[in-house]
Order: sequence, then C-alpha cells, then structure tokens
Amino acid sequence: MGDHKSYEESIKGVYFGLGLLAVVTLVEVGFSLFGKGHILGGTGLHEMPVTVYIIGLILIGLSIYKAYFIIFEFMHMGYEVKGLAMSVLLPVILLVWAIIAFFMEGDYWKDNRDRVRELNERSLEQGSEESTSEVLDLYEELNKG
Amino acid sequence: MTEETDILIEEEHGHDDAWSGAKEPFKASYGKLMMWYFLVTDAFTFAGFLIAYGALRFSSPTWPVPDFVFSTAPFGIHGMPLIFVTIMSFLLIISSVTMVRAVQEGHRENKRGVMFWMLLTILGGAGFLGCQAWEWNNLISTEKMTVTRNPFGTHVEDGVYLGLTGEPSAAEDDAFYAGESYLIHQAGHVGHHGGEGHELTAEEAFLEGANEEIDAAGISMAAIPEAGLDFPGFTLDEGGFIHRKFMVGEGSDQLPGQQSFGPKAFGALFFWVTGFHGFHVFSGVVFLTIILINVGGGVYVARKNGYEMVEKIGLYWHFVDLVWVFVFLVFYLL
Repeated sequence: MGDHKSYEESIKGVYFGLGLLAVVTLVEVGFSLFGKGHILGGTGLHEMPVTVYIIGLILIGLSIYKAYFIIFEFMHMGYEVKGLAMSVLLPVILLVWAIIAFFMEGDYWKDNRDRVRELNERSLEQGSEESTSEVLDLYEELNKG
Repeated sequence: MTEETDILIEEEHGHDDAWSGAKEPFKASYGKLMMWYFLVTDAFTFAGFLIAYGALRFSSPTWPVPDFVFSTAPFGIHGMPLIFVTIMSFLLIISSVTMVRAVQEGHRENKRGVMFWMLLTILGGAGFLGCQAWEWNNLISTEKMTVTRNPFGTHVEDGVYLGLTGEPSAAEDDAFYAGESYLIHQAGHVGHHGGEGHELTAEEAFLEGANEEIDAAGISMAAIPEAGLDFPGFTLDEGGFIHRKFMVGEGSDQLPGQQSFGPKAFGALFFWVTGFHGFHVFSGVVFLTIILINVGGGVYVARKNGYEMVEKIGLYWHFVDLVWVFVFLVFYLL
C-alpha cells in the first residue's frame, strides 16, 4: 500500500481490505440479529444469559479488529515509525479503562437507585421502625461514599 | 556557554543537523503529524460521548431494543431490522476504500486517477449523509422522537394488551414479553405502519380504532387536559400520544399498566452522537471537494510531494469511518 509494495500488489491489498471489512460487518450484523432472536430464534439459544455476554464480546472484538485494520492498513500506521504509532495509540488505549470504569459506574447508579426505591417502598408499606432504620443506614452508607 | 552546550549535544547525538530544523520528527511531514494529533484529540471527544452513552445506558432500567427502533428503510420497508444502517455502513466502507485508491494514485502522480477516486469518495460520503437525513427525518416526523422525548419504551414483564373495549386482547401479536420494545404513537399519525398493501397487524388495527374513537369523541388535540384523557383501552396524554393499556402477571396476581415513554437520554444521545459524526462526514465531504478542485487546478502537481494533501484528507476520512465502526457497534448492534 506504500512504496514498499508494487503498484499491483497494493491495489490487490485494497480490494482485499474491502472484502474483509464487508465480510466482518455482515458477520457482526448476523451475530446481532441472532442475539435478538431474528436469526435461528427458534432454537432458544439467544435467550440464555451467557449467550448475551458472548455475543457482546464477539461484537466488540470484531469492531476492534475492524478499527485495527483501518488504522494499520488504510491509515498506513503499520508502516510509520514506531514512535509515531506509540504517541498516537498509547493515549487512546489508556482511554479504554476510563470507558470501562464509567460503564461500571453507570451499572452502580442503577443498582443504587433500585435499592433506595425498594427500601423506600418497604418503609412506606410497613411503616415499621426496622425498615425505616434500614433506610437510614443505607443513606448513611451512601453519604460516607 | 551556548557553544559548549551545542558541542556537548553534538557529541551525545553524534550528528550535526539534529537541531538545525531540517529533520522531520517520526519521519512524517509536519502536516501529516499534526493531522494524526488532531485525530487523537477528536478520538478523545468521541470517547467522551461513548462514556456518556454507556454510563447512561447502563444506569437505565430499560433501553429501547435497537433492532426494533431501527427497522425501517425508504420505499415503505419496515420490520427489517438493521438493513438500512448496514447499507449506510457499506457506503462508508466503500468510500474509505476509494479514498485509499486516490492516495495510491497520488503517489504515482496520476492526476486523473486521483480525481476519479476522490469523486467516488465524495459520492459515498454524500450518499451516507442522504441516508442519515432520511433516518433522522423518519425518527423525527414519523416516530416523533426528539432530544427530550423518547417514544420507544420497553416492557419489563410479560403480559397482554387490552383491546379498545378494555378487555384483554385475544390477538396473537397483542401478547408481549419482558424485554420487548414498543413505539408510542401520536394520535392521527399512524405513519409508515398505515401503508397499504399489507394486512394490518393487531397493533395497527388497534391504532386505527383508537384514532377513530378519538375523532368520534370530537377531541381537539390542543385541548387535552394536563392529566390526559382516559379511554377503556388507552390513555391519551397531553401531547396527543396514545398509551396502550395492558395487564401483566398471571391469574390473581394480574396488574394493570400502560405504556410509558422510554429513557429520555436515548433520543438526546442518538441525535447528538450520530449528529456529531454526521457533521464530521459533512465537513469531510466539504474538504474533499475543495481538495478535488485544487487537484483539478494542478495545485499539487507543482508541490511534487506525491499529493500529500490527498493523503492528509485521507487520514481524516478514514477516521470518520473508524468512528462509525463504534457508533454502529453501540447504537445499532448491541
């Protein structure tokens, strides 16, 4: 794709890339539709909780592979000096943790909200001292951070 | 003092011109290097959006199922999940490939080749923008989604809808399951679901009946009270939206309920993130056009640097494709 390959070779490489990205995208769509029960929905496989996680991981993995291919081949990063690649890729790779951490935080918000709602309902229903003190304990815990 | 330092550095590094300014860091030209760093900052911006999207989606008890929300395409096609957005993805992939071809022809100083492949790239980008315009128009005008209103809700329990009379419906597709999404329709706006040439589903039949009932009652949409209006089979809210009633649970544990709007953040995030990406595509098309005109005018022939400007806009264009890979992943696939 650069000066290191002949013209014919690099043209071949481009159309190989087109085929690769097209196939990976179609596979992704296939997995996504399978996960929602549109393809092979009769088997009931997509309803198993473990399938949801596996399909999620496959989709994320394939997307990262597509990103890798675009950066290293189409954007030519694979043929640049190592220092350039590192100075661009390292900061972005460090972001991955920020993304994962905030997803976990979002999940925690939901759990917390559910817990507070449940305890509030319980104390309203029963009006008992026990459940009220449970709610107070929870608020104290939350305030402590 | 300065002289001594210079000599010291020269000894350390072992070459004469290290500080003379003629050397390119990372063996890349200034323009290309700066384009890379601009793209890094842009990636940070998009990562910020991704974080907002993920945190809000994880924190919501329910989220609209994408293959229900995005199942419409032009020419009256509906109920075809993800087809239209897959076509959009292919447009971007193909335009990325034609961009690589333009850069290759640039290396050979082949002006006609560069122009041909850049033109195809621009067409791909414009086609993508056209598709996105259609998608947005469908969501806004037909399905009534805005940045603050999300008519796509999701069931949390199995149950069955009520018919117009207020009795549980016997129609097969009026039964629903936990995790299924639904669209709350605005009265009088059956939209694409009202297309001719196919048998009405139970939902479409219900909506038609509901619209007739509302018309028969002579209700003016401007005069619906704040609390909404109660009908046996649905509630008409202030904005004229028809919330179907349903029963969830089994036997004596059955509980009544009605459709409620989905998480607000869905509309806001969808329009903001795909809009920001679309803005990148748009500005990419504008810059590609400017550079195409310059190529035609022979500006880069004189520079004799293998059409480096085409390479730089190419980096930007591939980045736009790269961002779409992740927008496609989080908004449509997962």
